[in-house]
Amino acid sequence: MTALLQIAFDALSLGSLYAICALGIALIFGVMRLVNFAQGDYIAFCVFALLWPSIDATAIVFLGNLPWFVLVPVVLMFGAGISVASEILVFRRFRNANPATMMIASFAVGFVIQHVLLLLFSSRPKSINLWPALGLPVEILGARIPLLQLITIIITVAILIALTAFLRRTRYGLEMRAAAENFTMARMLGVRANGVIMLAFAVSGALAAAVGLIRVTQTGTADIQMGASVMLVAFIATVIGGLGSLTGAVLAGYLIGAASVVMQVGLPLEARPFRDAFVYGAVIVSLIWRPQGLFAPNSTKQRI
Amino acid sequence: MRNSILYRTVSTPLLLVAMLLAIAITAQFVGSGPFSRTIVEMFIRVMLVIGLYIFIGNSGIISFGHIGFMCIGAYATAWFTIPPMMKKYSLRGLPYFIKDHQLPFLASALLSSLLAAVFALIVGRILMRLSGIAASIATFAMLAVINTVYSNWDTVTGGTSSIVGIPMYAGVWLSFAGTVIAIVVAWLYAVSSSGLALRAARDEAIAASASGVNIGRERLIAFVVSAAVIGLCGSLYAHFLGVVNPDAFYLGLTFVALSMLVVGGMNSLSGAVIGVVVISSIIQILRWFEKGVDLGGVTLALPNGTQEIAIGVVTVAILIFRPSGLMRNEEIGWRKRPRRRNSEGA
Repeated sequence: MTALLQIAFDALSLGSLYAICALGIALIFGVMRLVNFAQGDYIAFCVFALLWPSIDATAIVFLGNLPWFVLVPVVLMFGAGISVASEILVFRRFRNANPATMMIASFAVGFVIQHVLLLLFSSRPKSINLWPALGLPVEILGARIPLLQLITIIITVAILIALTAFLRRTRYGLEMRAAAENFTMARMLGVRANGVIMLAFAVSGALAAAVGLIRVTQTGTADIQMGASVMLVAFIATVIGGLGSLTGAVLAGYLIGAASVVMQVGLPLEARPFRDAFVYGAVIVSLIWRPQGLFAPNSTKQRI
Repeated sequence: MRNSILYRTVSTPLLLVAMLLAIAITAQFVGSGPFSRTIVEMFIRVMLVIGLYIFIGNSGIISFGHIGFMCIGAYATAWFTIPPMMKKYSLRGLPYFIKDHQLPFLASALLSSLLAAVFALIVGRILMRLSGIAASIATFAMLAVINTVYSNWDTVTGGTSSIVGIPMYAGVWLSFAGTVIAIVVAWLYAVSSSGLALRAARDEAIAASASGVNIGRERLIAFVVSAAVIGLCGSLYAHFLGVVNPDAFYLGLTFVALSMLVVGGMNSLSGAVIGVVVISSIIQILRWFEKGVDLGGVTLALPNGTQEIAIGVVTVAILIFRPSGLMRNEEIGWRKRPRRRNSEGA
């Protein structure tokens, strides 16, 4: 029983991480059909924002010394900032370009961000101990769960509720949903294109920052490639969720999280190093019977 | 009719081969080791980018996974050509018929290419059912699968450490031969009925399928052909370096190859070749600067990472200001074709 509970918590917390990432990608994809490969590098950027630039092996913690109630908003703002900056500097010029072009542009932007970090911090991973207290386990119904897992799950739920409220109840949310549904029509009805897109970038950058904070607390290391693996899963989540569907992205994020944890436990020992291959493989295979995604909304179907 | 399209378009591969031949002859005359290695590396990249072009240029779907085929080809070559004495210790998990034998260069290159093509055939049957963007992301997942498997299958691939002992055959002329094969294959595919149908589907998917083009099938053919070319390229790369390592075939190389294709122009064979030549030159110049250049007693060295940043900036700039690439998606040729024909490609 307790083992099952442990697995459930592992699955939920990993799924939460993937869900937030996937949400960030789906938001931008919704308003401008951009698959933003730079998202993973926003995560790394936000983590390195905690440090002072140096190529020494030891990390010089700078912003990371702030108390958490200042630190969290500052890092979220860093995430929103880099995301909006890349929109203004680069993606704004691709408004009428096809999705393939934008995809390569975002890949290039991500690469540039990553190598600027490499230039400033070197490619060596650095250990950074942010909030060590969160690593302590708490006991729930007999299962010992790291406090961080619990917090991750709670924060994700809070983010999802807040975002749903924002999208359903506020004017900006309405505009964003309208833009995602039919961008041209939304513009004709008075939605400001740049405003909506910048807002989407800001929110998605802040989500990336949240993921970065959770990851760095979990692993205790800052690595310029730390965003890549999470992001890859999140991309796959947006595909199986049905491109453009926010709910689908979140559900698929949880689904992949659960699948990873179950495989980690269920696979024979010698197959475990290949876990990710099995997860991605299963995902690709699931697309055989639903090529448009498992939770695809009708609006994304191609109309002739 | 078929003969006439071959005749009309043959100038492009001939000119491209002539251009590369000139570069190869220059390398022969300069005769310096490092310069030759630079040229060999460039030729191998030409093969790689042409392989990418066969799929991306004709289908319009960006693939992030093709470097995986290069990985498959390179490792297959390592399996086939490392002397059995060494394989006994470094690659214990190989089946006996591979472990106890050593294939000659040509047989191993063909088998490596075939292996990549067969893998592409299996995976492509699933991937090619997806729509454009979803297919791109799924190819990304394919790359991750290949990388995970090759980084962890310790007894067969040596895990994340490098496998050494691959005979280093690949010199200027062998890699030149490889690029000629790639150019000819790409040209023949582009003028084949499958290539024409696929480009029609790229430009007007609905009209093409209404005219009887089976888009999934044509995409799959292009996918397999491009995988075969890139598998061959991987084989040559292994013979060039003498060492293989899974992380050499991951996001870094994917990015460089895609930028080369974009800079030259995604939809033309000439663009693929020109893009490689231009970006390779930029990389080489920056490499010199990263090593340090002596300027009147002061050594000026750019920090590591400048190369990638520069390539990224060039790629974005090209995408913004000249989305059809340096070649504007046209082919070089000695016969000025009527404007109307340009969209036809090769």
